[in-house]
Amino acid sequence: MSAETCQCLVWTIAEQRDGALKDVSFELLARGRRLADKLGTGLASVVIGDGVSREAMTELVERGADAVYSVQDPRLAHFVCEPYSNALSGLVSAYSPSVVLAAATSSGRTLMPHLAVRVRAGLTADCTELDIEEGTGLLLQTRPAIGGNIMATIKTPDRRPQMATVRPRSSRPLPRDPARRGIIVDVPVADSVMDGRVRVLGYRKDADGSGCVEEAGIVVAGGKGLKKAENLALVRGLAEDLGGVVGASREAVDRGWIGYPHQIGLSGKTVSPRLYVGIGISGAIQHLAGIKTSEVIVSVNPDPDANLHKLADYAVVADAFLFVPELRRRLAARKMEADNHGE
Amino acid sequence: MVLQSFEAGKRARGAARPAVPSAGGTLRILVPIKQVPETGDVKMDPETGTVVRAGVETVVNPLDLYAVEAALRLKAERGGTVVALSMGPAQAAKALREAVAMGCDEAVLVSDRRFGGSDTWATSYTIAQAARKLGYFDLVIAGERATDGDTAQVGPGIASWLGLPLATYVSRIESVEGGEMILERLVEDGYQRLAITLPALLTVVKEIASPRLPTLRGKKRSKDIDIAVLDADSIDLDPSYLGLKGSPTKVVRIASPKVSRGGATVIAKDDEGVAAAADGLVAFLEKKGLL
Repeated sequence: MSAETCQCLVWTIAEQRDGALKDVSFELLARGRRLADKLGTGLASVVIGDGVSREAMTELVERGADAVYSVQDPRLAHFVCEPYSNALSGLVSAYSPSVVLAAATSSGRTLMPHLAVRVRAGLTADCTELDIEEGTGLLLQTRPAIGGNIMATIKTPDRRPQMATVRPRSSRPLPRDPARRGIIVDVPVADSVMDGRVRVLGYRKDADGSGCVEEAGIVVAGGKGLKKAENLALVRGLAEDLGGVVGASREAVDRGWIGYPHQIGLSGKTVSPRLYVGIGISGAIQHLAGIKTSEVIVSVNPDPDANLHKLADYAVVADAFLFVPELRRRLAARKMEADNHGE
Repeated sequence: MVLQSFEAGKRARGAARPAVPSAGGTLRILVPIKQVPETGDVKMDPETGTVVRAGVETVVNPLDLYAVEAALRLKAERGGTVVALSMGPAQAAKALREAVAMGCDEAVLVSDRRFGGSDTWATSYTIAQAARKLGYFDLVIAGERATDGDTAQVGPGIASWLGLPLATYVSRIESVEGGEMILERLVEDGYQRLAITLPALLTVVKEIASPRLPTLRGKKRSKDIDIAVLDADSIDLDPSYLGLKGSPTKVVRIASPKVSRGGATVIAKDDEGVAAAADGLVAFLEKKGLL
């Protein structure tokens, strides 16, 4: 089967770093698979990068793709908007997909608006739900707006493709199915795709090193209730126990307790972890806007009227300086017991 | 199939910007800003699904202040001009005056009823064409996104229309030399270091610099300054790309999500209470499969 005979009208844009696919690539496939099935069409995934292995491409097939467009070139190893957008607009023009999904990450949210302008298509940012409208077959794109106070459903009636970025962690990857078959198409890259105006010089990891709040399954966040920078250790400790990443309210970041990459809320990151724990966070609406799509919310705050308590699935009205160490002791005891059982 | 870059014929219409860099290495910088509702004071038009901007307290999008600050610092270092631009109704002049009070030299309001209801695609088109009208810029510096729409799509969209190289989420500008800028951009778990050729478009994040407060002199200037107004007739525009009609995306439904999750509350007043609450939370997390 050649690429031309595979009718894949739904596309996802896979993300890679140093040749390894990121989880969000598989989350997008789960979204795309459902849409493609509803439309009765195939699902393709586009991988732009360098040195992405056949095994990785095969994993895309096993997790839902019918076709993989592989665009590999040493000059595409790192994300730079212009050449990625050139490559994709070429592919879109050649194959005319109906739906293109990418992750709402720093690169997806850069690439997709750039591409939408070039291909004259509509784009919806940071969707949390996607569906197909009955009768019309149009993509229904739902996203939180105005600080999560409303959910807006948006469609693109006339222009193609219908493009959306999808919030990371808002869906789960499909399990691998080794029986699934698909085609892998190597797309040659012309020099004209390159754009010498932006050069990647290097990369350094976030100094804090505890990881990225947007990609984390568990986030433990601290706020001004912690009173001073040293007390953020409480949050770091609990994050470590739970296997999570440290987040913070704007107040904590503005006081210099932790860097901006960790700020959660309207003027920081939006997170959708399986578990969010807020410690000493009162829950200004700006902060709540950034955590509303978390699966489980736990709040620890001595103030019974704290806003975050009202949103929480489990609210603990307690002094965090007493409660968190007590909780950590229990988690440590539990872990020790589990380790003993393991031996 | 071999990938080619998209054909020149698809580029935005209108005369090319004069490719003349500013004299003597000074910088002419454009800062597009947005007026947004104060948080919590937002109404939606149930008919169009767009934000009602009339009668609502407004502020300059807080994330745009970092762009203004970054531009003013570059100007202080290199000399040049900072032009603030806002697209919106006549009231958006207030946002422009705030930018002038901080130190921007010029202010341009892009305003016309025909622009109403623009989505990010139509907005970026209109701002890009307005920028062409204003002549050469060495840099366009925008905020990472607006706190109301929260899309982060307009900055990259403008770069795409203008064919400018783009760096988003810029957290630090290291140097500007010989028409090239070295900078760092914030990505998920670290910082990417880039060299970018000017003219270019940057979107910046909070780490770039703390926004200054308006000075008394700036406030006085902001009251007196003439704000240039560009309407649809004074910009070279394709009418089919404007406003609600020219916007590829349409809002079909607005719903209010439920806020309360009906969660459990445990009150711990003493050591015993704290111990019980810790037991309770461990049990809760276990039940949810989170431990």
